[in-house]
Order: sequence, then structure tokens, then C-alpha cells
Amino acid sequence: MFDFFFQLHPVIQGLAKGLAVIMVIFPIAGACSMAERKVAAWIQDRPGPNRAIVPWVAWIPFFGKFLQRLGIFHVMADGGKMLFKEDSLPGHVNKFYFILAPIVAMIPALTTVTAVPFGAYFDSAGKVITLGLAPLDIGMLAVFAVSSLGVYSAILAGWASNSKYPFLGSVRASAQLISYELSMTLAVLPVFLWVNAPGLPGTMSFGRVVEFQSQPGFLGGMWFGFMMPLSAFIFLVALFAETNRQPFDTVESESDLVGSFHTEYGAFKWGLFFVAEYSHMIVGSGVFILLFGGGWNPLPWVSLATAVDWLGAILPFAHAPLFVGVLSIAIFLGKTLAMIFLFMWVRWTLPRFRYDQVMKIGWQKMLPLSIANLLFYAIAIAVIQK
Amino acid sequence: MAVITVERKPLTFLERTYLPQIVGGLATTFKHLIAPKKTLEYPEQRPAIPPGYRGVPTLVRDPNGREKCVSCQLCEFVCPPKAIRITPGEISADQTDRVHVEKAPQAFDIDMLRCIYCGLCQEVCPEEAIFLQNQYSMSGYTRAEMVNHKDKLYELGGTLPDQHYKWDQKKTAEDHGNAH
Ligand code: SF4
Ligand code: SF4
Repeated sequence: MFDFFFQLHPVIQGLAKGLAVIMVIFPIAGACSMAERKVAAWIQDRPGPNRAIVPWVAWIPFFGKFLQRLGIFHVMADGGKMLFKEDSLPGHVNKFYFILAPIVAMIPALTTVTAVPFGAYFDSAGKVITLGLAPLDIGMLAVFAVSSLGVYSAILAGWASNSKYPFLGSVRASAQLISYELSMTLAVLPVFLWVNAPGLPGTMSFGRVVEFQSQPGFLGGMWFGFMMPLSAFIFLVALFAETNRQPFDTVESESDLVGSFHTEYGAFKWGLFFVAEYSHMIVGSGVFILLFGGGWNPLPWVSLATAVDWLGAILPFAHAPLFVGVLSIAIFLGKTLAMIFLFMWVRWTLPRFRYDQVMKIGWQKMLPLSIANLLFYAIAIAVIQK
Repeated sequence: MAVITVERKPLTFLERTYLPQIVGGLATTFKHLIAPKKTLEYPEQRPAIPPGYRGVPTLVRDPNGREKCVSCQLCEFVCPPKAIRITPGEISADQTDRVHVEKAPQAFDIDMLRCIYCGLCQEVCPEEAIFLQNQYSMSGYTRAEMVNHKDKLYELGGTLPDQHYKWDQKKTAEDHGNAH
């Protein structure tokens, strides 16, 4: 069925896959902004946005009303507004960099997706083939390297805005990124120490990490989140800090910085920052799920292969690669969305940390903790794997 | 007054990690996430207005359908932002049920762009003819639309129960040859 696709030129294949992924990420980012408003409203005992509706959907008797109450169409209303609003360019800014900044924000946000696998299927020999744009061997490194480029957009935007608060915000952004990048990297090292067991070729790829979480046996089926809870915790906190989410959004911090580098932006350019932020969140959540949440395995100690075997008892086509692929993507997406819900839930629960607290947590708590964590697991892994 | 010094306990280790507090906070917000909503969806659902609410000032009629205002203009004088404009007028002799009343307003305008809903007009009115009732939303496209004229004021005000029936009493007294 897909033969014609695999016969295409690799570049065209890559383009098609890339477009497909972007077509998924963009709407999810849009839907996330909506979900954010809805979750905020529900947590604050409000119904949230629930008015916009497209006329022909309103004709569907019950379901249309349900969609309206869910606020689905506010995504389109928001997007349309963002697109068609006057895109003003303040007179005092450095025009070139001012326009460049949102583009620079988008590029790393969408590029990291290439290195993140989002599903798997089994070929006829029962070998696991991961689904992803680029099954890079350096997976994790690529994500770290590219995602930290995102801060350049904050710096550019702050500097090009040519005003005080945006600039302060971008300085904070870079300081925060540096502080938490360290502990984040140190926190994932034990995972890669463990998956690069003696006798296997060395790799930083996510495929291997998930493979290690889908092995039989107690230790083999254990997700790394259970095996290395401290790593998972440090990674999660650092993820919050790197994506500038509450309680670490001192960068935006409208109470003391007006809105930081968002201050001078409006309309579509602002929208790009927004989408970039959510894309970072989606990719970050995806990486967390891959590293600590079992990837596309449905439950701890129940790997995708086991689940497919169980389903095979009921569904005749359960072993078809297409079905397995779609199932794994669905499981992975579901988990990622649950993570994004966690982001929102935390956002509407915790107050923002002060900037000095952010720095203190980063350097005095997270960093020593992650070093101790690394030492402990390095010794433990050396003892276990010999 | 005795001063009670409350001892401030140092934070325990768990409290200093802040983690139990975060989990507690998440539990609280999750409860609210699924709790019934507390807000009204305004234009469709209206709040219940408590008695004694100071809404838009209106003119009222007595239970016999007669206008109560005698255009004494006290409200016009007392109104702090000068929102009220009254043109006093005579009552024509052919209105037999109102012969004891000397005057009635010919025009009565309240500029709702000026009104501050203070309620002084209601307080000062000797005839209990002007009331701030429970209408709370006033809107219009032009300045002129925001001025309530006499018809509008009576339409908004309607009829309120009366405790005195002042004009009836006055009529009875006159019929008995006693002007006051
Ligand atoms: S409303 Fe009352 S105070 Fe105002 S003019 Fe009429 S009678 Fe006098
Ligand atoms: S409520 Fe106050 S401001 Fe409004 S008309 Fe009466 S006296 Fe004037």
C-alpha cells in the first residue's frame, strides 16, 4: 500500500513527513492555547470560553452544542484574529532583528521535532522500527543542542525591542536557560549510562531508551521514571524552567517586567512566539515521556509488543504494521498530552518564583542534587552491569 | 492589651523542599477543576438582585396610576453631579382625579452619563416619587440615548405600593372642609 511512498526520492519523502508532522504540531499548539484557557477557567470555577461557533456546526443537534461549549472554535477565532490584526512595527525598534526574532523562535522549536521519535512498529522479522522524522543516533544531543537555540530569539527580541523591560526579560531568559540546562543534562546522563550497557554499540538515541523500557522482567519493564525518580524529577523541573512555564516564568513576569519581550510584539509575530513556546512544551513533554515515561509502551511492565499480542486475541489485524504504528503514535500522543495537562495544572496552581529564587534553586539545589544523583547512579550502574 | 508572642516554628525539612505543598496545591486545584462552576453566563443568566439595590433612578406612579412627582425640584438641587433636569408644569383642570395636586413635571430628564447612582434623589424626595430600582444595565449608542426622558422613567419605574395615599387623604380632608 505504501510502496509508492517508499519509491519516492528521499528528499521528497522527508519533505512530506516533515510537513505532516508540522501539520500535527501546529494545530496541537493551537489547541494547547485553547486548552490552557479552558483548564485555567475550570480550575478557577468558570466555564471558560464557550461562545464561538461556526453556523453549519450549530445545525448539528447535540454534538454542535457540545463542541461550542468546549470552546473548539475559539481556536479558529483566535488564530484568525492573530493573522488579520494590524501587524504594527514600533518606530523605535531595530527592524531587522525585530522581525528576525519570532522566526528564530520558530525554527528550533520545530526543528527539535525531527529528532524525537513518536511511534514504532514491528517489521516481519519482529524487529522494532521507530517512527520519526530522522532516526538520529545522537537523538538526545540533537534535542539539547537545538532547543537551547530558542533562547537566541528571546535575546534578539529583547535587544531589538530597544526598551528596558524586554531587555531585562531576555537577560533573565538566557541566565535561566544556562542555569537549568546544566542540571537537565546531568539528570539524563544516568539514563544513557544505563542504556549503553557493555557489549552494545554506544548511542544517544531515544529508540534505545524506549527499547530498554520495554524489555521483559521486573527491571526490564520498569519505566525509567520509577527506576530513577530523582532524575525524572530534576529533568521535569528543569523542563519547566527551560520552557519558561510557571512557576519559572520570570521571563514573562508581567507584574514586574510588563511582559518582557512580548511587550513590543503584537499580532502574528507575537503569535509565532506563542506557538514556539507551545511547541517547546510539546517536544519537551515528548522527550520526558520517551526518557522516563516509557515512550509508546501503554503501561509500566506492559510493552507495546505485549499489548499488541493481547489485542491480537480480539482483533485479527492487530499485528499489521499500520495498526501497530497508529496505536503506538496514539499512546505516545496521549501521554504527551497528559504531560501538557500537567504543565497547565501546575501553572494554575503555583505562584511564580522570584528571580533570585529561580537562580538559587537552579544553582544551589538542582545542580548539587543532579551531580549527587549522577554519582549515585554511575556507581550503581557500574556495580550492576559490571 | 496583652501582646501574645506567637512562636514561629522553623520549617521542617519536608516543608523546605516545598514538595508536599505543591502536591497539596495540585490536589486543591484539581478539586476545583471538577467542581461545579460558580459563575453566571451573563446575558442569558441574570443575577438575583437583592432588595435595596441602587440601580437606575426611575419615577413611579401610585397604585391609582397617577404620577407622584410634584416637580418640587428638590432632587434636581440635591443631585451631586447635576444629572437631573426638570421643567415644572401645571396640571390641567380637566384631570379630575388630580385637582388637589398643584404641579407635575412637564419634562423630567436624568442624564445617565452623569448619574452616579448615589441615591440622594430618592432620599430627598418628599413625595416618594423617585426610586433607584433594580435595573443595573444601561447602554446606548449615542449620548442622547443615555438620557432618560419622562416616559422612559415612568416605564422603567412602574407602580410601587404606597403607604400613605397622600392625595386621597388630602381630598378627604378637603371634602370635610379642612384644607390641611
Ligand atoms: S421626583 Fe421627588 S424630589 Fe424630584 S421633583 Fe419630583 S417630587 Fe420633587
Ligand atoms: S442617583 Fe444621585 S446622581 Fe443619580 S440622579 Fe439621583 S441624585 Fe443624581
